[in-house]
Amino acid sequence: MNTILAREQLSESVFKIRVEAPHIASERKPGQFVIVQLDTDFGERIPLTIADANADEGWIMLIFQAVGKTTHLLAEMEIGDTIANLLGPLGQPTHIEKLGRVVCVGGGIGVAPLHPIAKGMKEAGNEVITIIGARSQDLIILEDEMKAIADAFICCTDDGSYGRKALVTEPLKELCEADPKPDLVVAIGPPIMMKFCAETTRPYEVPTVVSLNTIMIDGTGMCGGCRVTVGGETKFVCVDGPEFDGHAVDFDNMMQRLGAYKVQEDHDHEKCHLEIAAQKVEA
Amino acid sequence: MDLDYDQISKEAQEALDAVLGREEPLKPRDRMAIPAQPMPAQPSGVRVGNMDEVALGYTEAQARVEAMRCLQCKNAPCIDGCPVRIDIPAFVIACADGDFQKAIDIIKANSLLPAICGRVCPQEVQCQIDCTVGRALKDVEKSVSIGRLERYVADLERAQGKAHAPAVKAETGKKVAVIGSGPASITVAADVRREGHAVTVFEAFHKPGGVMMYGIPEFRLPKDIVQGEIDTLREMGVEIQTNFVVGRTRRLQDLLEKDGYDAVFVGTGAGLPKFMSIPGENLVGVYSANEYLTRVNLMRAFDKENADTPVLPSRRTAVLGGGNVAMDAARCAVRMGAAEVHLVYRRTEKEMPARIEEIAHAKEEGVIFHTLENGISFRGGDDGRVHTMECLRYELGEPDDSGRRRPVPIKGSEFLMDVDCVIVAIGNDSNPLIKQTTPAIETNRWGNILVDDTGKTTMDAVYAGGDIVLGAATVILAMGEGRRAAASINALLG
Ligand SMILES: Cc1cc2nc3c(=O)[nH]c(=O)nc-3n(C[C@H](O)[C@H](O)[C@H](O)COP(=O)(O)OP(=O)(O)OC[C@H]3O[C@@H](n4cnc5c(N)ncnc54)[C@H](O)[C@@H]3O)c2cc1C
Ligand code: FES
Repeated sequence: MNTILAREQLSESVFKIRVEAPHIASERKPGQFVIVQLDTDFGERIPLTIADANADEGWIMLIFQAVGKTTHLLAEMEIGDTIANLLGPLGQPTHIEKLGRVVCVGGGIGVAPLHPIAKGMKEAGNEVITIIGARSQDLIILEDEMKAIADAFICCTDDGSYGRKALVTEPLKELCEADPKPDLVVAIGPPIMMKFCAETTRPYEVPTVVSLNTIMIDGTGMCGGCRVTVGGETKFVCVDGPEFDGHAVDFDNMMQRLGAYKVQEDHDHEKCHLEIAAQKVEA
Repeated sequence: MDLDYDQISKEAQEALDAVLGREEPLKPRDRMAIPAQPMPAQPSGVRVGNMDEVALGYTEAQARVEAMRCLQCKNAPCIDGCPVRIDIPAFVIACADGDFQKAIDIIKANSLLPAICGRVCPQEVQCQIDCTVGRALKDVEKSVSIGRLERYVADLERAQGKAHAPAVKAETGKKVAVIGSGPASITVAADVRREGHAVTVFEAFHKPGGVMMYGIPEFRLPKDIVQGEIDTLREMGVEIQTNFVVGRTRRLQDLLEKDGYDAVFVGTGAGLPKFMSIPGENLVGVYSANEYLTRVNLMRAFDKENADTPVLPSRRTAVLGGGNVAMDAARCAVRMGAAEVHLVYRRTEKEMPARIEEIAHAKEEGVIFHTLENGISFRGGDDGRVHTMECLRYELGEPDDSGRRRPVPIKGSEFLMDVDCVIVAIGNDSNPLIKQTTPAIETNRWGNILVDDTGKTTMDAVYAGGDIVLGAATVILAMGEGRRAAASINALLG
């Protein structure tokens, strides 16, 4: 179980793996995620969105950026290795329906969870416009896949190394001002990007869905560690989300909670880098 | 007060020798005169620096001497107090005789988890509450220590390698799914497997054991004891699938309709943390007790060198609540290095639902108790971390539905408390996932699954028990419910 069947490096720090997980593959729907833990005794449990799945062949696909200890170790794993603990599918599936014009905004690694949603929206008969953005060209992922779905496609980089030199909010604002204005915006990416996408669409009253990736432990509603404030109420991202009304999410609180363990995480991450380096020297 | 281990065991040995040297048999008056045996424990100054078990267990002499205090009452009020009706006088007299194997065999006829129950059962409100000895001495703490004796004989059997997995009858070809792996589920798995039915346990977490694994800390219930019970199930041929959340990984109906299970037991517990819906509750540094305890115990935050899942370092931690969960959280916070741990409770100590022993241990470990107070809001800094808790003082009014006197806020009594970590331990509701994904299962308005007196839910071939039925309760009640449901499942499968 949970054997890695295929592995591909998409950019310097972004990886794509296909993992054997027949139950999850047959039950999952777009928007849902899994919890991954590599060491049963001491490892952290982290949520990763299911980027794609094949029920007949019994696998799911995960796309992740090596940013913390677990994702780094995962990036080091090879075909044939197994993931010790894989739980899912978790969370509420994306609500997909025909609305008209849907703008899908993906930032960095957020393009991975966005892809199945954009695909679903297209299949439901919507006009899909995608905007993807990254800091620089080498961090752009799934460009071809997104292009293939989209009726219109816009790519931005912060440094102008590829596509438009702009933040994703720029073209988003233009689309909000255009006629017809979007019926829905789906924005997935770093919290700060989602926050500003929501701010951009707010004056135009364009419904905006965001997908939150908070710290989680169980992923089943048992601990409340993933909680966020939405419209003044407490919600658990793992069971009530991960998608919420971007105009109601308290992003500042969410980002503070996300950064709560930064000092400890950096320490672990640093240690993990040293260990990986040491192993490479030994090998 | 810290007692000296050597002193305790020496005195017990002398008491035992004195009794054994007597010509005359013990009369009730002699038995009543035997001093109640204290539980040897790690000194408080030492134990706050480790996660090891606090109570060290009786010595052999202590076990025998304590057992000799039992009057062997004909009406045995202790049995009436035991949720699974262990033949307590019989096992206690076997202890007094030094026939510990007989003692454990008697317990095991009714209880599946004696090493666990001996440690975590609230004996002072169950078997020991009406003990004649305690009544006569007008102090429930002077009742015969039935729980400590239970623990002694269970530990002894395990240490001697004599704890064997129960025999399993020939395979019947029937299959039973057990959801969750807490005490209710462990009991069902063992009792159903004994009859020769195949059993699969599905557990959402990466380790089985339920609250006993993720919630109750190591210093009160060592995890290798829980693991031992899981290993026994595996030895019996029970299959345990971790990382499997029924309702998501697979729906309950599919287990019955597509996967060929003949019956299902739901033992998913009361795992939904309650919050107070007060301002600032989502600040950094405010935890539910579930999260805090899971981080410390299951994810091993106490092992700072090795664990990836930390808790925030804290100088002043406040714990809100007065139950076992609150005590466990407070005592964990002490061990995680908080300089001050404050326990804040709305009523008085008398109304605290926590076990007396836990309250005493918490105090010994330096937890500062604030009664008739409660937090009403939290404030944080620019970094979003909590730094202040606004509190209110209370007085006790009329008794409420639960029979406890209702706390009434005192107007204008607001005051501020400087804290950098808050643990909310005000209770848990039922986990709603099974209900949400299985419409045929009915629940009451608190989300507890409704069952009849055989443990059957409103759905055919589906049974339930433990906290998901009772609301947050106890290990022994979960086990009792498991026994009942298992008997019904075995009857159903014939
Ligand atoms: C901190 C703390 C201290 C306590 N102290 C004491 C004490 O001293 N004495 C005492 O007697 N009792 C104590 N209790 C209460 C006692 O632990 C519980 O009453 C008992 O564990 C309930 O057992 P259970 O079998 O119903 O479920 P639980 O032990 O709650 O186990 C339920 C299991 O089901 C799993 N699960 C839930 N949903 C699903 C799903 N959909 N699919 C798969 N798995 C699922 C959960 O992950 C969990 O592992 C304490 C509880 C806590 C939280
Ligand atoms: S991760 Fe624990 S409740 Fe969501």
